[in-house]
Amino acid sequence: MNLALSDLTDNGGLFLKGAAFTVVLTAVAIVAGLALGVLGAAGRRSTLAPVRWITGAYVELIRNTPFIVQLFFIFFGLPRLGVRMGSAEAAFLAMAINLGGYSTEIIRAGLDSIGKGSWEAGYSLGLTKWQTFRLVVLTPALQKVYPALTSQFVIILLGSSVVSQIAVEELTYVGSYIQSRNFRAFETTLVVAAIYLVLVLLFKQVFAFVERRVFAYTQVSR
Amino acid sequence: MHAWKRLTLAALVAALPMLTTATVHADALDDIVKAKVLKVAVPQDFPPFGSVGPDMQPRGYDIDTAALIAKEMGVKLELVPVSSANRLPYLQTKKVDLIISSLGKNPDREKAIDFTVAYAPFYSGVFGGASVKVSAIGDLSKKTVGVTRGALEDLEISKIIPADADLRRFEDNNTTISAFLSGQVQLIATGNVVAAAILEKNPPNRPEPKFVIKDSPCYIGLNKDEPALLAKVNAIIKKTRADGSLDAVSKKWLGAPIPADLPG
Repeated sequence: MNLALSDLTDNGGLFLKGAAFTVVLTAVAIVAGLALGVLGAAGRRSTLAPVRWITGAYVELIRNTPFIVQLFFIFFGLPRLGVRMGSAEAAFLAMAINLGGYSTEIIRAGLDSIGKGSWEAGYSLGLTKWQTFRLVVLTPALQKVYPALTSQFVIILLGSSVVSQIAVEELTYVGSYIQSRNFRAFETTLVVAAIYLVLVLLFKQVFAFVERRVFAYTQVSR
Repeated sequence: MHAWKRLTLAALVAALPMLTTATVHADALDDIVKAKVLKVAVPQDFPPFGSVGPDMQPRGYDIDTAALIAKEMGVKLELVPVSSANRLPYLQTKKVDLIISSLGKNPDREKAIDFTVAYAPFYSGVFGGASVKVSAIGDLSKKTVGVTRGALEDLEISKIIPADADLRRFEDNNTTISAFLSGQVQLIATGNVVAAAILEKNPPNRPEPKFVIKDSPCYIGLNKDEPALLAKVNAIIKKTRADGSLDAVSKKWLGAPIPADLPG
């Protein structure tokens, strides 16, 4: 086989720009999606029935429709309702909302695993319900589901390739653009795949670092 | 070889020059007038130039042009559906008198057949709503333009677009059209046929022609060495362009009048 990787050397800057934007997209989506997930999980366990229904509907809607359809709805559908945003903003929003749906269920599972005793311990110290949730229950709950949560983060990183459809100039877009110019489809895809692999490995290092910092107290107490 | 085979072969060889002389010396215009029938090769799979209507009759820009020419000649029209691959052979073997089949001009074809003046616009251009004031490539600065990635329009416009224009390259034609219709891009770079197909659906955002990126108009094809027919058809195209009847065909099928700079 004849691999003409040298045909791609002029495009290094483009690949780098695309990869950088993929990282930015993913990082923002993770922060926003995690926040949505914590709120959603709290909502699913709320004592108020309407809050449970709304968060439940959100989870079902997001987890049972394709990501690309959600993206097209935000980018092509919302302008009909008068809400217009650029392709990058639409991509951020779609990724955050999508990740929010999945992480809601993951974090809810974490919260469910925390025994009644933790809540009672918080109340007995005079903390309010919200304080107990935030200070006592949330961190061990997140720790229990951390592997599942980070897997979902990796999925959203790889899924960000879909937003190239609406002309967001991330890594997959750059790859398609380059191969529409040099017709080196195989080589370009190979490079794109390699960059995604490196990005995922880097993100996993970051996740491990965060895990050591945020959940450090368990290591001390053991 | 059997004697009778030899004989047939000899007869064929002898007949061949007669056939060719007959084709060279006949005048196609005379034949059409004598037969009172104009046979025209038209497309049937290329809307809006030629397709089959709900009533199973051929319809489109090319069919209406053919009807216009037959009417001006005062003869009956006979439509012969062809594909883009076999339209030249149909003409060269005299199965038709004219090709009106969204035929573009190129040097190879010019060696084989003759062309009249252009009768229909066919081009890649920039299209957008009436409120967007754009008339040349330089006006695209600070505008958002949608295009299908890797399409002819992408390759052409990328070379000439101002650096501060926002060119958005979408995955496929439908996504590009959706981006325009939903207002995500102000303008699109595409073919005039695509723009006409959108206009036909009467969308809220109307892709009206702004300027041409690459022009390759349609010509009527006819056999070489038919000066009388060529002059006649050219005269008819000029007349129908002047009196607006060809413009009406263009408006009906492409949603826009014939551009003034169509090579006349």
